Amino acid sequence: MNIAKTLDAKGLACPMPIVRTKKTIDTINSGEILEVLVTDKGALNDFTAWAGAGGHTIVEQKEEAGVLYFYIQKA
Amino acid sequence: MTVTAWTAAQVARKVIENKELFILDVRNTDAFDDWKIEGHQFEYLNIPYFDLLDGVEEILPKISKDKEVLVVCAKEGSSIMIAEMLSDAGLTVAYLQGGMKSWSMYLEPIKVGDLKDGGELYQFVRLGKGCLSYMAINGGEAAIIDAVRFTDVFTNFAKEKGVEIKHVFDTHLHADHISGGRHISAATGATYYLPPKDAKEVVFDYTPLTDGLTVHLGASQIEVGALYSPGHTIGSTSFVIDSKYLLTGDILFIDSIGRPDLAGLAEDWVGDLRETLYKRYRTLAEDLIVLPAHFMIIEELNEDGTVAKRLGDLFAENHGLNVEDEAVFRSMVTDNLPPQPNAYQEIRIVNMGKVTPSDEEQTEMEIGPNRCAVR
Repeated sequence: MNIAKTLDAKGLACPMPIVRTKKTIDTINSGEILEVLVTDKGALNDFTAWAGAGGHTIVEQKEEAGVLYFYIQKA
Repeated sequence: MTVTAWTAAQVARKVIENKELFILDVRNTDAFDDWKIEGHQFEYLNIPYFDLLDGVEEILPKISKDKEVLVVCAKEGSSIMIAEMLSDAGLTVAYLQGGMKSWSMYLEPIKVGDLKDGGELYQFVRLGKGCLSYMAINGGEAAIIDAVRFTDVFTNFAKEKGVEIKHVFDTHLHADHISGGRHISAATGATYYLPPKDAKEVVFDYTPLTDGLTVHLGASQIEVGALYSPGHTIGSTSFVIDSKYLLTGDILFIDSIGRPDLAGLAEDWVGDLRETLYKRYRTLAEDLIVLPAHFMIIEELNEDGTVAKRLGDLFAENHGLNVEDEAVFRSMVTDNLPPQPNAYQEIRIVNMGKVTPSDEEQTEMEIGPNRCAVR
């Protein structure tokens, strides 16, 4: 996977992970992939819903050692 | 314009006092559809916060101008952000402190009525989750039934009333919320009772709650008597207090009846449920006031915020008590059941004492409505 940018949003509480992700995704090109690291478990459903609403695709997500990793392909 | 924080207690007053309120819920749509703050006269708008990051201008026309506006999210962070954006746009709005988490945890004690010899019966209404707990007090002593896990609320209330908690009962092994029963007992020295048929797997000591068991409060004649009434679980037990109140646990609610499947045995227990509702309860006095362990819809609340109704009225009005055909009844309570409560299997294991999750994990488990009924 070709990751264009990584956003470390660990330790941030809702709504900041999504707020930062939105700002960061505005800086990459369509089709590129943004990696986001989050520790707020509430983010799980929000990322799915947010990406869906914006037409972005979550191409992969995983959880390792309490950290959620999202790989979001920009619409 | 200003943004103010409202506590769950303030929102509870709006519900109980039948006030109007406009709720802007900024959680995602699935969460909102699943579970929200219910009020008799509440109006709702659900727009996820992440759809509003570019601004709130588009939704301004949809927000009430003549009602108070409360912004709500899961914990509070997003609601503060959106409330501030609305405030910048010239609106006066509030947000719910602690979000739906604090709403799920809030308990409002309401007096149900007087018992003889100066005794009192209180119902603790957990509006966000639909759980109802009870405390009967008299002569310096208290009995608690179906306590939720916020044990301080009960011990502090007892302190305020100057009573000692002597007896703590659970009508059954709960599957929708974590019981505070044995923790109150550990903290106060009160006896903790649990129906033995529900307690086969529990790993702590308890006193068996058996049919006909009776305790008295203080020197009074107030009797708290157990009545075996299986069906929601095989051990489910009701209580008659002071020959006046019938505490039905999760067997009979105001506008619905208990579901028999949460411990995994719907087919086996449907017969017990039928027997309890259509035979055992029929032999009781119709003037008993039914006090259930849950409500599901806001319409089940009385004007004073209590959840209580005469047994005879329920025989006449509750659909679940009026299904003549046993086969139809059987199908109603076993087929097409609503989804189970969130994390209900894990919650049962916690209530058996097998695991002890952190406070935060317990809060997560209890998110969402109780879903203990079939309608």
